[in-house]
Amino acid sequence: MTDLSAARNRRDRNTRWLLLTPAMLVLLFAASGPLLIVLVYSFLTPGDYGGVEWQFSLQAWTNVLAERDIFTDEWQLADAHLTVLWRSIKLSFMTAVLAFIFGFPTAYFIATRPPRQRDIYMLLIMIPFWTNLLIRTFAIMELIRNQGTVNTLLIAMGVIDEPIQMLFTEFSLLLGMTYVYLPLMILPIYASMERFDFSLVEAGYDLYATRLQVLRKIIFPLVKPGVVAGSILVFVPCLGAYVTPRVLGGGKQLMLGNLIELQFGQLRNWPLGAALSLTLLVIVMIALLFYVRAVGREGETNV
Amino acid sequence: MIEIEGVTKIFGVGAEAFTALDDVSVTIDANEFFTLLGPSGCGKTTLLRVIAGFIDPTRGRVTLDGNNLLNQPPYARPVNTVFQSYALFPHMTVAQNIAFGLEMLGKPGSEVTSTVDEMLALVRMTEMADRKTSQISGGQQQRVALARALAPRPKVLLLDEPLSALDFKLRKDMQLELKRLQSETGITFIFVTHDQDEALTMSNRIAVMNEGRIRQIGGPRDIYDHPAERFVADFIGDTNFLDVELLKVEGEQAHIRLPSGSEVVARAAQGGGRTGGEVTVAIRPEHARMDEAEGALFQGALSNVVYVGTDTHYHIDLDSGGQFIVRQQNQPDQRHERQVGERVGVNFGAGIGQILKD
Ligand SMILES: Nc1ncnc2c1ncn2[C@@H]1O[C@H](COP(=O)(O)OP(=O)(O)OP(=O)(O)O)[C@@H](O)[C@H]1O
Ligand SMILES: [Mg+2]
Repeated sequence: MTDLSAARNRRDRNTRWLLLTPAMLVLLFAASGPLLIVLVYSFLTPGDYGGVEWQFSLQAWTNVLAERDIFTDEWQLADAHLTVLWRSIKLSFMTAVLAFIFGFPTAYFIATRPPRQRDIYMLLIMIPFWTNLLIRTFAIMELIRNQGTVNTLLIAMGVIDEPIQMLFTEFSLLLGMTYVYLPLMILPIYASMERFDFSLVEAGYDLYATRLQVLRKIIFPLVKPGVVAGSILVFVPCLGAYVTPRVLGGGKQLMLGNLIELQFGQLRNWPLGAALSLTLLVIVMIALLFYVRAVGREGETNV
Repeated sequence: MIEIEGVTKIFGVGAEAFTALDDVSVTIDANEFFTLLGPSGCGKTTLLRVIAGFIDPTRGRVTLDGNNLLNQPPYARPVNTVFQSYALFPHMTVAQNIAFGLEMLGKPGSEVTSTVDEMLALVRMTEMADRKTSQISGGQQQRVALARALAPRPKVLLLDEPLSALDFKLRKDMQLELKRLQSETGITFIFVTHDQDEALTMSNRIAVMNEGRIRQIGGPRDIYDHPAERFVADFIGDTNFLDVELLKVEGEQAHIRLPSGSEVVARAAQGGGRTGGEVTVAIRPEHARMDEAEGALFQGALSNVVYVGTDTHYHIDLDSGGQFIVRQQNQPDQRHERQVGERVGVNFGAGIGQILKD
């Protein structure tokens, strides 16, 4: 009897592994494979016409943060890279903050509507999200370019005489990315708010908490996992954003994604591109680590 | 003192309009243990929510010690609630929950700590002070909700079925505890329940509600012995209803003629009512006596005898139609066991029957 069941267990376990094989293969080739190639490439020498030569080199990794001065041949910080890196982190962070500022009240508003209305509002939030990214980005461009809707209107109303330069500035990047990624903030916050028991708000008022105190001490702590998830969901794709900075930054406001593309394209420095990609990945990992820690601590309260 | 005057609450509009409270007026004294008793959906919670400030009444006034409550937001009212669903803060510990109101009032830390300890001891939750509220049982949550609402020492405490999740023993303990607390603290308790025993044992006064209206207000004895109308008599305890003829009314005394032809004095309907014609009289099963058929007020045949330990319930099919139940306490030396089918009579004293308004 014990023998039998042990044998059955073993057979079960074998079958389970067999069934898991396709998933494992996908994981191996689709996720780890490319990453491994990128890792290997980052330690090779760039080929003359793109590609790599199979010669070990740390050059790419040093070049992420430092470069050799062409004239004096001295090592110095790679200002261009640092500027782009800093801009990426700064703009991504600011986008996350802006998305939170607009997304939180929106999610709150939707979550406090009657159930049927909520679905309609969520649909309205999602429709732009399902629209092609390029179209949305060009729409923003049309709005803010010098002869665009906003400037034309302002001039027509006599508020300004000359068009305001909004396109190709950090402002345009912020505006574009906030607009594009806002749904990614609203969605998880809304999800936690939908589970939020609004009778707790009444309990808060009953116990002498003002509106602001209820928001800070009751609502916010309980929807925090949603806020953190939303921030990550906005921050991470912003870091690697390519289309928005390309269109709205006009080549002046490069972000990490554009820098990486440059290395693989025009500059034909694949190893540096690979090293920069991995740098981006590390930043994302650090952000995720924050997330896991922040949510992990709240996790026990099971909102 | 809380004065509620003509409070009406209508939810929704047009065809969906629903009157949850219909012209409710009642004055609740300071330091009173006042109970709202009624079936599910009769508007008890709605009335509490009006007092607490979570909903505005469609019409009516609510004042506390002469101050209009309705123009104050809930957080400015010296009123705390023990919610029917507890509504404990899941991200806080038991102690933090209890401390919340005190902290919001800006009480100094030392006072907060000592009050929290006191409250924890009161509801016997000291050992669980540092547990999250999701890690304690339903009954324990209820006790924390009670402690949390009591901690800021409100003028009025609203309790929405605060004992419903407790087991029998704890419930009895908490009933006594609540009673003691209420008389010691001088806080006015407005207590909601649909458990009539709880209402009868704990209250100074009871308001019996049905379909958004208060049907009768009175002390437990008043309500039980002298129900004003059929709903109240039926809702609280068991009652026999007899259709009788009202001969004449003299103050409290109403002379009636039973279907059997016997005449007897009953208590006139509360606050007037009819002075003649067909009326209904209510008689509690334990207020009537079963006797020999000969010479009794009315007669019938015994159809069922139910022994329930302390009492025996005799079901009698009346000669005039309908059934009548008599409840008699069992004596240790009871000799004579009544047999089903036996002819018996029923008697009750003058002033025992209560004429109902409707
Ligand atoms: N927000 C609302 N909108 C519409 N109808 C409501 C609303 N709140 C309560 N009601 C209705 O008002 C009536 C009274 O509700 P209430 O909660 O006061 O009942 P209750 O006496 O507390 O019942 P229970 O003993 O079941 O708690 C119910 O029929 C309920 O459906
Ligand atoms: Mg209720």
